[in-house]
Amino acid sequence: MIAVLPIVLPMIAGALSLVFWRSRRSQRLLAVLGTAAMAAAGVALLAQVQAEGVVTVAAGGWPAPYGIVLAADLLGAVLVLMTGITGFAVALYSLPTVGRGLENAGYYPLMHLLLAGVAGAFLTGDIFNLYVWFEVLLLASFALLAMGGERAQMAGAIKYVVLNLVSSALFLTAIGLLYGLTGTLNMADLAVKLAAVDAPDRVTVIATLFMVAFGIKAAAFPLFFWLPASYHTAPVAVSALFAGLLTKVGVYALYRSLTLLFTQDPAFTFGIMQGVAAATLIVGVCGAIVQTEFRRVLAFAHIGQIGYLFLGLALYTQTSLTGGVFYLVHHILVMSNLFFIAGIVYGLTGSHRIDRIGGLWKSHPALGLAFLVSALSLAGVPPFSGFWAKFILIKAAVLSEAWGLVAAAIVAGVLTLYAVMRLWNEVFWKAAPDTQRGRMPAIPPVMGVVVLALTLGTVGIGLVAQPLWALADAAALQLLDSDGYISAVMEGAP
Amino acid sequence: MAGWLAISVGALYGCAFYMLMRRSMTKMVIGLILLSNAANLLIFVAGGLTEAAPAIVPPGAYAPEGLVADPLAQALILTAIVIGFGVLAFAVVLIHRAHEVLGEDDLDMLKDEIE
Repeated sequence: MIAVLPIVLPMIAGALSLVFWRSRRSQRLLAVLGTAAMAAAGVALLAQVQAEGVVTVAAGGWPAPYGIVLAADLLGAVLVLMTGITGFAVALYSLPTVGRGLENAGYYPLMHLLLAGVAGAFLTGDIFNLYVWFEVLLLASFALLAMGGERAQMAGAIKYVVLNLVSSALFLTAIGLLYGLTGTLNMADLAVKLAAVDAPDRVTVIATLFMVAFGIKAAAFPLFFWLPASYHTAPVAVSALFAGLLTKVGVYALYRSLTLLFTQDPAFTFGIMQGVAAATLIVGVCGAIVQTEFRRVLAFAHIGQIGYLFLGLALYTQTSLTGGVFYLVHHILVMSNLFFIAGIVYGLTGSHRIDRIGGLWKSHPALGLAFLVSALSLAGVPPFSGFWAKFILIKAAVLSEAWGLVAAAIVAGVLTLYAVMRLWNEVFWKAAPDTQRGRMPAIPPVMGVVVLALTLGTVGIGLVAQPLWALADAAALQLLDSDGYISAVMEGAP
Repeated sequence: MAGWLAISVGALYGCAFYMLMRRSMTKMVIGLILLSNAANLLIFVAGGLTEAAPAIVPPGAYAPEGLVADPLAQALILTAIVIGFGVLAFAVVLIHRAHEVLGEDDLDMLKDEIE
């Protein structure tokens, strides 16, 4: 029953936060305790999945394929653990940054709801239930993004809300057509029934609808425009939470649906994915190079990184999927850390515009070092986690003889290095302009500890890559061997 | 029956995307409403139509008699309607607030401002 805990725990924490609506102190305590418990449940779930294989829970005791089944394989369990870790880091980081206004407006209950939605999406084994979790996390994210109601937030929130609702409607359309074709919603049962369906053109249409819907959620080229328009408008803790987790839900849904459900015409689906991967890599990084706002640079770099995740899926080999899973873990750690650092920089300098700030290396060398480590890790410089992630992916592309993708991955890596070094030069290295006026006198210890822990995480993965590699390798094996997943779900646990 | 419904589903999708591509925020929200209804109707049609045969089990029996309509498609639509209602209510509040802050209904006026 451990598989339900990562969903239930944040829901309980969120409900209790609502009970203690008037007590900010209890809500803050619940935020830290609830997310810590969620991370612990993630560890326990991962251990169980490693020991026993795919873990399933039939909700309400209704057996598959009739009831809704939660199914945690290694990919799902790893992502749930990363959700717990990111949630815990965001909760700690929120304590000194969010402020009384948002806390009184229900910031913490929404954060818990978002985490429950993300964990639910990673764990469910039912395609319609996946839609429901998507809506749960979307609704929480809408409210988090628009909280405060400032001018720039409204502009960002409208683009975010509308494009995500269009994506949800396309997803729902695809589910309707899929149900009409097969008469089932359980993903394992769907995989079996789809293999027997003799209507390749209709399956292709449904697969394309899924790719478009999840492509919008994952912010892939050419559907990414909502992301750079909205991420920089939210409070920093929210930006970090979104950057760490939300696009990953779209990426996960693509990994799940394209490896499990739509394996009839791999040349078509993965051909499209390869083109999308290359375009996302190059376009995202090029965007990062020209932006002048700290968090917008990160937002575009983030899109470029999504290209690597797609690359791992698109090549569809054991090595490439290993690289994809490894990259997911690395990406969640590093991207949220960079947003955390951007928030600290804003607090110290009073601006997000990189031409108006500078000189932080002189005043805060430790922060500069943390940024440098994360930035170099993002660009794929050894010995940090990003190096191994990129190494495995590019090796996979070479083994598949996909030379165009090899070139795109390397060029994007070099351009990422340029983009983050530009940030480094502007924010940390150049002299501070006279107009710079900070809002906080020093870095609050909690924020420093969060950034330090995540930075040590990326260094640790870089220096001792073997355990994560072994885990990613096993997860990739499970993704390729869909029979194991199907039989685990269909035979089911009590 | 299915044919007519299919045509109206197509018309709804067409109108929805036309409205979504307008500049006015209000029309955009109308587009979203149409889009969610189009998806609901599509599930209804794609799930297969069985006329005048509700899925009701007679007293004393364990299964309905004869061919009945698929209740699952209707359950899905019910869920989707509830979710769609919540989300659209949020969207309406959002554009109302946006209109207050921006004083503008034209999406082209939503320029990015950088602090």
